[in-house]
Amino acid sequence: MSEAANDWPKVRLHVVTGKGGTGKSTVAAALALALADRGKNVLLCEVEGRQGIARMFDVDPLPPEERRLTTGLPGADGRPGVVHALHIEAEAALLEYLSLYYKLGRAGRALDRFGVIEFATTIAPGVRDVLLTGKVFEAVQRNTRNKGAIQYDAVVLDAPPTGRITQFLNVSNELAGLAKVGPIKSQSDTMMTLFRSPRTAVHLVTVLEEMPVQETADGIAELRSADLPVGGIVVNLVRPQDLSADDLARSHSGTIDRSEVEADLEYAGIAPGPALVDGLLSEAHDHAERRALEDSQRVLVGGLGGPTYELPRLPLGVDLGALYELAASLRDQGMA
Amino acid sequence: MTKARTRQGPTGTQAHALDVDALIDDPATGIIVCCGSGGVGKTTSAAAIALRAAERGRKVVVLTIDPARRLAQSMGIEELDNTPRPVSPVDTSGGGWLDAMMLDMKRTFDEVVESQASPEKAQQILENPFYIALSSSFAGTQEYMAMEKLGQIHAQAAVDGSYDLIVVDTPPSRSALDFLDAPERLSSFLDGRFIRLMLAPARGPAKLMTAGFGLITNALTKILGGQVLKDLQTFVSALDTVFGGFRQRALRTYALLQADGTAFLVVAAPEPDALREAAYFVERLSEDRMPLAGLIVNRASPAPAGTLSADEAMAAAERLRKRDPESLTAGLLRLHADQTRMVEREARLRERFATAHPQVATAVVPALAGDVHDLEGLRRIGDLLAGQ
Repeated sequence: MSEAANDWPKVRLHVVTGKGGTGKSTVAAALALALADRGKNVLLCEVEGRQGIARMFDVDPLPPEERRLTTGLPGADGRPGVVHALHIEAEAALLEYLSLYYKLGRAGRALDRFGVIEFATTIAPGVRDVLLTGKVFEAVQRNTRNKGAIQYDAVVLDAPPTGRITQFLNVSNELAGLAKVGPIKSQSDTMMTLFRSPRTAVHLVTVLEEMPVQETADGIAELRSADLPVGGIVVNLVRPQDLSADDLARSHSGTIDRSEVEADLEYAGIAPGPALVDGLLSEAHDHAERRALEDSQRVLVGGLGGPTYELPRLPLGVDLGALYELAASLRDQGMA
Repeated sequence: MTKARTRQGPTGTQAHALDVDALIDDPATGIIVCCGSGGVGKTTSAAAIALRAAERGRKVVVLTIDPARRLAQSMGIEELDNTPRPVSPVDTSGGGWLDAMMLDMKRTFDEVVESQASPEKAQQILENPFYIALSSSFAGTQEYMAMEKLGQIHAQAAVDGSYDLIVVDTPPSRSALDFLDAPERLSSFLDGRFIRLMLAPARGPAKLMTAGFGLITNALTKILGGQVLKDLQTFVSALDTVFGGFRQRALRTYALLQADGTAFLVVAAPEPDALREAAYFVERLSEDRMPLAGLIVNRASPAPAGTLSADEAMAAAERLRKRDPESLTAGLLRLHADQTRMVEREARLRERFATAHPQVATAVVPALAGDVHDLEGLRRIGDLLAGQ
């Protein structure tokens, strides 16, 4: 897919959120791979201290600084870009922030020595969130203070879950009670300007089940009320679509012609014992029931607005190769 | 903040399947804590166990944190009022009953402050911006408050006999360990160097630190402004008076969790991440000598019938597709192959867990086709948990 044809040509910061267990980290990683074609530089960030990136890409645990991770999914011209990774830690971000913006000298080190850093990053997740998002902001909007750093074409953030995402990005609100004036206030306002601009998109990952879809709808409403830009919805872990609509309906109602299945099995060289046929039909019935549930949830997802993308459930799990496969699927669907 | 964790290899002897009914029927079981990483069906498991125990004659209260809306509605607890409410219709013919409540974290915290300080002092604390930040979103507040509430209900039940079994659902967090780490995190926060430093001017021996203190207050004023620093000082001095008792309560509740009447159930999904978290948790429980009752593996893919392997099914499907690309039977065979592969993968993951932790009794709950959002669904989960 060419650069202009993707759904998010203006977006520099892709925030990926989702309910626990929906695979948001996998989607964030696949999106970063998909965005990194034609020599582009993409940064994949994680903020929850789980070393999920290292685990997914099977590399050593990441330090709190940018590292080259892997090459992206090659573009139509066969050229890949580069995906870098950053494991953001609040403590490291605060120290870096202080040295970039304040010439505190001895006092800066004293802050650390007297446990202020630990205090600030533990007491108020507001402060913690601002430090984490501040680092993401810095990576998107590189300025002259950070000399020699890579300019990224896109930054993908594996963000906190849907229930917390609006609070996480709404930094000026989180700090409102703590800092009404002063440098922190003006910096958080600058960050909000980026997060609310068309250069940011918050994508939500869900699966086609009631609770995650409901949570996605709630998350979208919260994002909108905070003026944060809602991106696409990635429907993950979609069941295989091996049966036609007609066959699904017949599986559900139990009106499949056994003799037809038996004859087919025989043709394919498999002895069609009654246990096997019963098993196949009951699996098909359960599958049809699940698919019907998925379809009703899919309708709800379609009504939430914004483009949707679907990724299959991989029966063998997600390894490095699978990440590139998912990346290709996202690119084919126009997400990257 | 997380301490370096070491791993632990196999201990004990091969366990049997987890006998949920034996656990909930045992009058010595007074507390069941359901732990696990987010999105594995912890809340549903806790509610199903509580309901089953009630219908088997126990006087049960279930403390949930963040139930799905419809499940909360069906249990009659969609209102956050921090008080257990009766759930109905529950079969009470065995002499048991079921109450449920949803934890209001901030309110629990506020109540603790109100109970520990004079009304004026309490008011001052409740309005402090640092307190508001701490009480509504401190990493670990939810966990700590769940423990606090558990301690309260337990103490109350010991007095009036209202409950003989408390089932606790732990907060949704990335890591199951957060629940166990909460009291320690709060303690180390209160013992932190910075807090001691902020308190120092009020106390004698720490005068020596005053030079460093000036340096820091100047730096903080530069970054945060003077008002913030003043709020901070008010907050920290309040901490000292009010929160001293906190730590002792946290330690008491922790001891309660280590006692014989408590049983931990670790909940996981048959996925590598969830099982890895479960393994950390199991190891941590044994390290802290906490009573682990077993592992619940939720949402397992149902095993396909018959002995047709995934590869055979795929080969046969290909043959049929060549003759008729729309073949129904080919579709059925591909589904079978997909299902078989899922089941094999999940079984492999479970086996690995069992090899490393053979002492852990396990119950496997197959995935239901639909969502669980009513008492009937919870009963069905309860049956499946009990292997019926």
